[in-house]
Amino acid sequence: MNFFLQLVVTGIALGMIYALIAIGFVMITKSSNVFNIAQGHFVMLGGYLGYTFLVITGFPLWLSIFCMVGVAALMGLIIERLLLRPLIGQPVISIIMMTIALATIIEGMATLIWGGQYKTYHDLLPTFSLKIGFISIPSEPTIGFFISAICVGILMIFYRYTKLGLGMRATAEDLNVAQSFGIRATTVYKLAWVVAFIVGVIGGLLLGAISGVMVPLAEIGLKAFTVALFGGVESLGGAVIAGIILGVLENLASGYLDPLLPRGGFAGVFPFVVMIIVLIIRPYGFFGLKKIERV
Amino acid sequence: MNDSLAHRVYAQKLSLFKSKTEWFAFLAFLLLLFLLPRFCSDRVLTILTMIGISITSAHGLNLLTGYCGQVSLGHVGFMAVGGYVCGVLTAKLGLSFWIALPLGGIGAGLVGLIFGLPSLRIKGFYLIMSTIAAYFIIMWFILQLYHITGGPDGLAVPRPKIGKYVLSSKLSYFYLVAIIALISTIAAHNIARSKIGRAFMAIRDFDIAAEAMGINLWFYKLQAFFIGCVYAGIAGALLVHYYAFASVDQFPFMDSVWYLAMLIVGGMGNTWGAVIGAVVLKLLDELVIIVGPILSSLFPAVAAQFAASLSLIVRGLIIVIFLIFEPRGLWHGWEKLWTYIKRWPLLMG
Repeated sequence: MNFFLQLVVTGIALGMIYALIAIGFVMITKSSNVFNIAQGHFVMLGGYLGYTFLVITGFPLWLSIFCMVGVAALMGLIIERLLLRPLIGQPVISIIMMTIALATIIEGMATLIWGGQYKTYHDLLPTFSLKIGFISIPSEPTIGFFISAICVGILMIFYRYTKLGLGMRATAEDLNVAQSFGIRATTVYKLAWVVAFIVGVIGGLLLGAISGVMVPLAEIGLKAFTVALFGGVESLGGAVIAGIILGVLENLASGYLDPLLPRGGFAGVFPFVVMIIVLIIRPYGFFGLKKIERV
Repeated sequence: MNDSLAHRVYAQKLSLFKSKTEWFAFLAFLLLLFLLPRFCSDRVLTILTMIGISITSAHGLNLLTGYCGQVSLGHVGFMAVGGYVCGVLTAKLGLSFWIALPLGGIGAGLVGLIFGLPSLRIKGFYLIMSTIAAYFIIMWFILQLYHITGGPDGLAVPRPKIGKYVLSSKLSYFYLVAIIALISTIAAHNIARSKIGRAFMAIRDFDIAAEAMGINLWFYKLQAFFIGCVYAGIAGALLVHYYAFASVDQFPFMDSVWYLAMLIVGGMGNTWGAVIGAVVLKLLDELVIIVGPILSSLFPAVAAQFAASLSLIVRGLIIVIFLIFEPRGLWHGWEKLWTYIKRWPLLMG
């Protein structure tokens, strides 16, 4: 029982990381209908930026966050204007190849600038120890949980009640109709990329403090897409719930199934098995809008 | 395609070689392919062999993605299936390479059928995600079945032989790859211009309309997955037997992206586009290998990470440049140029 609960708790911690990546992914999908493969790379970049500002230049935390948000906003604008704007109206494969190319370039740049080495800055977050019964609850994932909950809360209110948020949803639904209602599509796209980049960078800062950052971290993005699909690619709340469910399931699967398998490593492939099953049974996810047409 | 004025007879437009000039060009190309490698160094032969394998694999992806519109990012996974089926059959069961090669292709095709099943319900991004999942699941299975595949240690496989003659030299293996690449090119071209190819294109352009016209989506989508994965399997088998060794490291995930990039650079939905894309991108790889050390000697401060990052950045930039400036690929650009040259003084624009 103890083993089980410990697996659940660490699973929630893992799930929060997935959720943070998935939220940025959902952001872009929700407002421009672009599926951004590079979201995991934004997170990786965020971790390295955090290392640069906090450790190398030695800025205080508030200034570092301010600088990171500035850099992220600038990069979001540049990427949207240079790479994604020319592709409006192109087939889905062109847009996805573009985000893959973007991911490749970010990976190359990170290797070039930071040498692809493991970096961490553990002393950033305050530590406290919580113990319920025999289970110790680590402090970092708890902080991560609250920060991503706040992010989701703000974004949900933004999408539901502000004019701009509603305009973003309308643009994703149908670009032409949205434009004929006087919504500036370029503003919407700009904002979507800037916010997604900022969400990714903040996630990266947290991850860098929790478990450190290195270039292969970006591959976690692929797993986070399972989370987005599981929750529905348009659902912010779904991303968090699905993140926690999948994190826990993955941990349980590796804890109980790995001893039975000859080579183990089931945790690595588990999200992909779930992805195939979800795509076959409920392609629109468990919390998303049911609008996939069947042919 | 070609200048329609040049085809006086309909049969001529349908034929594989449209004129005597094309026949002679083809024969000259065959002669060149036979003679030229005899004067090449081993390094060049390796590059040419890799180009041949890439062409075979790119044709499979072109039929699946370029013609049928089912985007796959798990192509390298299916290559791995073909490579391992062929490798295990020759190494563990002692089967002849010439029987194992088609079996490897069929094995990859059957696995492709399984992972093609989601395509009946989903498309676009969702299908891409399911093929990515397919890649990781396949790789996990290969590692799990370690008493057959050798798992992370890899599997030594014999070089193919004809009678008693073992194809151990690079030259002989190049001829094998060249012949298979040639056959696969002609086969891909013929599939594309047959009833199957036209059905694929109808599905790609508008699947609902295609079904309304009486095209069985279930049948043709799965057929596209089967054919595409057979090509991938044969290419994977050739790759494994070239190294005489099978290992999961020969099939990295990013290569799937690279094969899609070949189609984008060459021109999607065109046989020659796949060929040109494979040739150009493989040569670009070699260029990076040559230029990398020169550039890193210019910037000694970042020399260590330069080699690793340069190829990533170059690959990404190539995809970006083509998507923005020539999304229909080099073949389309060449056609535009050729039409312009042919009609130069008369029909401008």
